[in-house]
Amino acid sequence: MHEMSIALNVVDIAVQNARREKAQKINEIVLEVGALSGVVAEALQFCFSSACKQTMADGATLEIIHQPAEAVCDQCGHQFDADQMLSACPQCGQTVMATQGGRELKIKSINID
Amino acid sequence: MCDTCGCGQPGNAVTFTRPGKKSHEHQHAHDHGHHHDHNHDHHHHDHDHSHGHTHEHGREIEIEQDVLAKNNLLAERNRGYWEAKNILALNLVSSPGSGKTTLLEKTIQDLKNDLPFYVIEGDQQTLQDADRIDKTGAPVIQVNTGNGCHLDAEMINRAFKELSPNEQSVLMIENVGNLVCPSLFDLGEAHKVVIISVTEGDDKPLKYPTMFSVSDICIINKIDLLPHVDFDVEKMKEYALGVNHHLQFFELSARTGEGMDQWYEWLKAQVKTETTTR
Repeated sequence: MHEMSIALNVVDIAVQNARREKAQKINEIVLEVGALSGVVAEALQFCFSSACKQTMADGATLEIIHQPAEAVCDQCGHQFDADQMLSACPQCGQTVMATQGGRELKIKSINID
Repeated sequence: MCDTCGCGQPGNAVTFTRPGKKSHEHQHAHDHGHHHDHNHDHHHHDHDHSHGHTHEHGREIEIEQDVLAKNNLLAERNRGYWEAKNILALNLVSSPGSGKTTLLEKTIQDLKNDLPFYVIEGDQQTLQDADRIDKTGAPVIQVNTGNGCHLDAEMINRAFKELSPNEQSVLMIENVGNLVCPSLFDLGEAHKVVIISVTEGDDKPLKYPTMFSVSDICIINKIDLLPHVDFDVEKMKEYALGVNHHLQFFELSARTGEGMDQWYEWLKAQVKTETTTR
C-alpha cells in the first residue's frame, strides 16, 4: 500500500501551492496517473480522504486522469494504447512491451478558495 | 492509517535502531506531519492584502508537479554524497523469503577482509535481520517502517547519517520484502538488485515486470533446490530480458556457496571502478 504515502505527497504538494496562493481551502486536486506508474487509482482514492484530514484539503475531491502507455508491435508494426508493461498486440497477438509514456504521476491542477 | 509518519499511531511510526543500542529513533518522514502545527483555518480577515475577486466556484491553479519529486530530489542528494565518498550503494529488492538476508550474511562473511560493508535493513517490524547482520561484524541499522511497504529516500538519508559509512565501502540496503512498491522509490542507489528464488514461479518477471524493468542485476537464489522444483531458469531469464534486456544475471545458492564467486567478482570490480575511475 504505497498509495498512502503517494496520497500524503499529493496533499503536501497541493497544500504548499495553495498556501502560496493564499487559499483557505482546496476543493479539488487533479492528478495524472500513468498506466505504468505503479499506482492503483482505486487504492489512491481510498487513501486520499484520510490523507486530507487536518489539512486545508479536508473534504476535497480527487480527480484522476488515466494516461495509457503506448506500444508498437515489433511483429506487425501496429501502434496501440497499453495498460500494462507487457500486453498482447490486438492485431497479431504478439506480446509487446510498452515503450512510450504511461509513467506519469503528476499533479495537474488544484481548485482552491 | 498514515503509513510513513504514523501520525497519531505511535505503533506505526518509522523507527531506526542500531543493534545493542536501547533507544529507538522516531522519524516523521513527511512534511505532512509537521503541518498539523499550523492553523489551516485562517479567516480571510487575517490577511492584510485583498483578493481582487471572489471565488464562488473556486479558482483553478495549474501545478504540473511530479508527486515523487521530493523523494527523487533527496535520492539524488544521497547518490551525490555516495559518489563523492566512493560508496557503492546497492538496493536489494525481492519478495519476502527470497534469501536477501542470507545472501548478505554470506557475502559479508566471505568478503569482509576485502571490502568494508555497511547495511541498512528495512522491515515492517522486528530487529531480526539487523541482529543477523550484526553477528557478521558489519555496522547495521534497522529501519522499521511500521505499516509502510517500502523504504524511501528520506529514511535512507536519515539511516546512513547514523551509520556514517567510511569512504570506499559498500552500502547494502535491504528493502522491505515486496516486489511492487519499492520499485517506485529511488533511494539514490547505484543499482537495484532484484533477487528471485527458484521456489518462486519462473513467470515472476511477467507478473511483476516493473521491478525487473528498473533493476540492473538479477540474482537467482537457492539454485541448490533446482532438482526439487519446476523452476525453469532459462525461461525465467527470457521473461526477464523481455522487460529489460540490460539485466545481468547471477545464479547462486547463498546457503551452499555455489555460484557466489561470480557475484563476488562483480562486486569487487564495481567497487574498484567506483573508486578508481572517478
